[in-house]
Formats: sequence, structure tokens, C-alpha cells
Amino acid sequence: MSSSLLFDFTVNKENNTVNIKREFYADLELVWEAWTNPEILDQWWAPKPYQSKTKYMDFKVGGRRFYAMVSPEGVEMGWHIQDYTSINPKTNFKFLSVFADKDENPDLPGSNWDLNFSELNGTATVYISIYNESRERMEKMIEMGFKEGFTLGLQQLDELLLTLKK
Amino acid sequence: MEARRDIFQAIADPTRRAIIVLIALQAMTPNAIAEHFDTSRQAVSRHLQILTECELVNQNQQGREIYYQLEVNKMKEIDNWIDQFRKIWETRFNQLDEVLLTIKNKKK
Repeated sequence: MSSSLLFDFTVNKENNTVNIKREFYADLELVWEAWTNPEILDQWWAPKPYQSKTKYMDFKVGGRRFYAMVSPEGVEMGWHIQDYTSINPKTNFKFLSVFADKDENPDLPGSNWDLNFSELNGTATVYISIYNESRERMEKMIEMGFKEGFTLGLQQLDELLLTLKK
Repeated sequence: MEARRDIFQAIADPTRRAIIVLIALQAMTPNAIAEHFDTSRQAVSRHLQILTECELVNQNQQGREIYYQLEVNKMKEIDNWIDQFRKIWETRFNQLDEVLLTIKNKKK
């Protein structure tokens, strides 16, 4: 079913922006809820077998979400801070995303996320723009993605290490 | 004859890929890295040497210890790594599809 849903992903190195567009077979209200309710967010935000764990989330302008990625062994890693800078219910929200340590100390620089929500005939569209004011920020984010991409591969690593140990 | 060193050679070997994964998360000492493998420390040192020659890792002296860390700038040369980033979003969205479906079914 997801194969017929629009999914655009572009990395623009000229203006240091990553643009992501995706449709969902659900109405706007539900999709907005899935992005802004921590209980639902944690169900899908982390790529399996990892689990997103929201420590706290105060979804309001000036509020913050602090979350970790939890490994299949239950080990917390990859802490992130998201500081909300703008919220227009069921239309748009913005936040500054920053890597952090387990004690919530930010590891700057971060990146500016702009998420727009719309709906047409029962299909919701989410348009995400992730902007970095400098090339360094952009590269930092790709590095983040790189790390998370590797996180996806950590299970294979476990198997690989097991093979190497034989 | 000196073998040509490039990033693709660095990631061509499964042990070196495993080392890259390990130090992508945090800088590590050769001993700490070697603990993850049953091969000899010499073999791990050799891999680290190749990774260093490929400029994929760099060494950072901290007191008596040498930490190996990933040279992310070099890694970026492989544009394919961006695909990893894309893949995360793909996985994420597929999971969200399932969550949305579950919620919708509950409401019925």
C-alpha cells in the first residue's frame, strides 16, 4: 500500500536543505496527532529494531521534546533535543533539532525543521524542510543520518561480529 | 609496489566496515576496538593502519591513549551514504503507515 504513496526526498547542497514529502492514507487530524503526540511518535520515529523513547515532550512554542534511541538490548543512545519555535495546529510546526548527551547537554550546531501538513480527499501530505544555515551544519546533519543509518545496520553488525568470532 | 589507498578499499573489507561502525558511534582506543574481534590485535592494528592511510580515520592522542575516530568529511565522499539517511525516512514512514492503520482500525 505504501508503494503508491508519494515519497520525495531531495538533498539540496546549494542551499543546505533537505526536502522530504510524503503522503499518508489518513486524515489530517490523525496524521497531525501521530507527529505531535509522544505516545504515538515513539511507536514509529525510530527505525526498527530501535525504539524511540521520549523522556518528556512539551508541545508548545518554547517547549521541548527530549528523546533517546533505545537499542534492542535496552541501551539508550542517540539523544536528541527538539525545541519548538512555532506551532499552527494541523498546519505547521517548526523546531530546532540538536544532538545531545544523556544529560541533555546540547551538541551544537543543530538544524531547523519546518513541517507542513495538508489534506486532500482523505490523504494527508507532510512536507518537511530541514534547513542548515551553513554547509557545516548541513554536513553535521548528514553525519547524523549517517550514524542513524548505521544504527539500522547494527543488528547486521552483531551477526557479523559473531561470524568473525567463529 | 604501494597499493593505492582510497575510501572504497577501506570499506571493501568486512572487518574494516565493522570497525567503521564501531567508531562511528564514538572514538575508541585500538585495545577497545580489538576487544570486539577474535582476530589478533596485530590484525586490528593493520586494519586501522589501512583505514588511516585511506584517511577515513584519524588519531587523537588523549594522555597516554590514542583514540581512533571517524573522519566524517572523507566518508561524505561517498554520496551513497546519503541513501542511508533516505532509508531511515523510508523506514520511519512505513512504520507510521502501520501505526495510522492500527489507530484507524481501532476507531471503527
